[in-house]
Amino acid sequence: MSSRRSRSRQSGASRISDDQIADLVSRLQQLIPEIRNRRSDKVSASKVLQETCNYIRSLHREVDDLSDRLSELLESTDSDSAQAAIIRSLLM
Amino acid sequence: MKTEKNLPRNPSSIKTRFAVKFLQAMNKMNKRKNPSTSMAVKYKRYQFIRAAATSSMASAVGPRRAWSRAVLRKMRNHTAIHRFPMNNKTRTTRRFPITRRKRSSILRGNPRQEDDLGFGQEDDLRGLVPGGQGMDFCRLLSETAHYIKCLKTQVQVMTNVLHHYST
Repeated sequence: MSSRRSRSRQSGASRISDDQIADLVSRLQQLIPEIRNRRSDKVSASKVLQETCNYIRSLHREVDDLSDRLSELLESTDSDSAQAAIIRSLLM
Repeated sequence: MKTEKNLPRNPSSIKTRFAVKFLQAMNKMNKRKNPSTSMAVKYKRYQFIRAAATSSMASAVGPRRAWSRAVLRKMRNHTAIHRFPMNNKTRTTRRFPITRRKRSSILRGNPRQEDDLGFGQEDDLRGLVPGGQGMDFCRLLSETAHYIKCLKTQVQVMTNVLHHYST
């Protein structure tokens, strides 16, 4: 498709330093339960990205699953009173 | 600061805004209650809830994040397409040419890890995060972190709603 090998063109005038990127990667690492406990020098950036992708996919699946269960529940419930209770509990 | 796990610290936090919008959407759906329980209707209901969750979250975040802007944009385009299905010009997909993407050098050192070129993960990530195609790598990482936090909040609130409905 595209020339993916042209990546070696990191110009010296680039404003984004590797340190900045390393910092962002380590912040991502903190968010992912799989690798949160490992120290950053043991986990490569590509591993962090890979686990990030896996984690996002699993979160999407969870949302899908919850939507499915909610839709089944809505079929059979009168929701108004339940909603009032939920909103109250969330906003308290 | 003492905070309970399920309650937001700040009343106008993203979590609360999302919860309110999501519940409003569910309420709207319930108003047009359809007694039929055919598979098609069930699937539509599921799709609606899922879309309501996504759009409520993006709306709660607002335009301050690139990923939420991308979601809101897609929703507007989607609505326009459905209102004017004959008009092909309504569809606006912004695609940035691949050459504009700045490859990260931090991946350079790991070319043959679990994936072929070391770029697979970056591309995958761009595909998963809304609006990820046009960003530079630094922005992509920052947007991803926020996106993940919001997804976790979304799952948390939806789970709470589900528990309230089922008890």
